[in-house]
Amino acid sequence: MKNRSLVSINDYSKDEIIRILDLAEEFEKQPRQNLLDGRVIASLFFEPSTRTRLSFETAIQQLGGNVIGFASAASTSVSKGESLKDTILMVANYSDLIVMRHPVEGSARYASEVSRVPIINAGDGANQHPTQCLLDLYSIRKTQGTLDNLDVTFVGDLKYGRTVHSNVIALSKFNTRFHLVSPDELKLPSAVKRHIKEAKLNYEQYTDFMEVIPKSDIIYMTRIQRERFPDPLEYEKVKNAYILENAMLENSKPNVRILHPLPRVNEISTDVDANPKAYYFQQALNGVFVRQALIATIMGVK
Amino acid sequence: MNKKRKELIVSAISNGTVIDHIPAENVFQVFKMLDLDKTSHQVYFGTNLESKKYGRKGIIKISDTYYKDEVINKIALVAPTATLIEIRDYEVFSKVSVSIPQTIEGIAKCFNPNCVTNKEDVKTKFEVLTDENGQLKLACHYCEKTTTRKNMVFF
Ligand SMILES: [Zn+2]
Repeated sequence: MKNRSLVSINDYSKDEIIRILDLAEEFEKQPRQNLLDGRVIASLFFEPSTRTRLSFETAIQQLGGNVIGFASAASTSVSKGESLKDTILMVANYSDLIVMRHPVEGSARYASEVSRVPIINAGDGANQHPTQCLLDLYSIRKTQGTLDNLDVTFVGDLKYGRTVHSNVIALSKFNTRFHLVSPDELKLPSAVKRHIKEAKLNYEQYTDFMEVIPKSDIIYMTRIQRERFPDPLEYEKVKNAYILENAMLENSKPNVRILHPLPRVNEISTDVDANPKAYYFQQALNGVFVRQALIATIMGVK
Repeated sequence: MNKKRKELIVSAISNGTVIDHIPAENVFQVFKMLDLDKTSHQVYFGTNLESKKYGRKGIIKISDTYYKDEVINKIALVAPTATLIEIRDYEVFSKVSVSIPQTIEGIAKCFNPNCVTNKEDVKTKFEVLTDENGQLKLACHYCEKTTTRKNMVFF
């Protein structure tokens, strides 16, 4: 795993995922370790994402590394039309590792092919966001004590939600029972279902949210965006069908935890926040430990 | 007599390549993929010909031209049943069936407009997949989206 890029969660085997999660547990106990002394890590955000950038930069600085880069492409040579390849080659001259977020799908894979230093994909358009996936897996394992044999429910936009896609693909390695709740227009694409089928696992699709709540160990909520619907009337019909309210959790399992990649809009009612089953704010904090584990592994210092 | 007349439907060539058993509806796609509208060599073609095996087939004959494997593989995407015959001095020199490659590079476009291959100077690369109905699909190495048969555009 040393010096190897992480572009897509598919790049890691089950054992490699577990290795990162185990190491993240160590960093959760001891997040400040001077492992990256003198190393320079580039943080290239070709599109802004404050949440992800701060999480990465915190992870790097707590490990004693230095950060160079930019928070948006607006002030850089990219805005003057420099090609992605040229930007990556230039930055690779100055850094030991590149963390990049880019609005174009496949940009991180391409960067990993032209760069002499490894790349961590911090999101490439609607395609992949593997560190979000790792932190979700970490959160699931931490709250359930295991990743194996769980009933995991995904709710909302399963068609365009890249975090859902990566999580489904990764969880297919862990004998998960999948419950997929969405309007008909936003079902999980067949390219993603292929991974469930290849792992010979079961999935059920629902349009009604209520019936699946008592079965779930994890409820992973996502936002349904208006712009996904060509017909505004269709959006109006489904927009309130997938909102989680505290009262709905009455018959849920004691161990169930609610996850959400954040930011949320209204898909989780604020009355859920005080419920101990709500986990989405702690979930985000886990991102720092997972990113520390990943960076330390790729840099070969752990 | 009858056999002789059938053979004459498309003229014989002395040297070159015959592509036989092309699905009739894809003859023009093969034509385009091989840039035959730009060649200076003699080209004969026929379509909607009867074929015992495939119903209606197409055939293309190109004089004085031979193709490399990568070009043959390209044809396989639209004409998986095609046979490629090399003719030298009116004789069949070799005869191969095209085979669908596992991966293809630089042949087809990714249908995703937001794919890096459509935004930067990057050669396309796909894994060739077959779905439950036996239809070919191309999984993009970069954006990971799948291009189905109806969305395929070739360079
Ligand atoms: Zn693509």
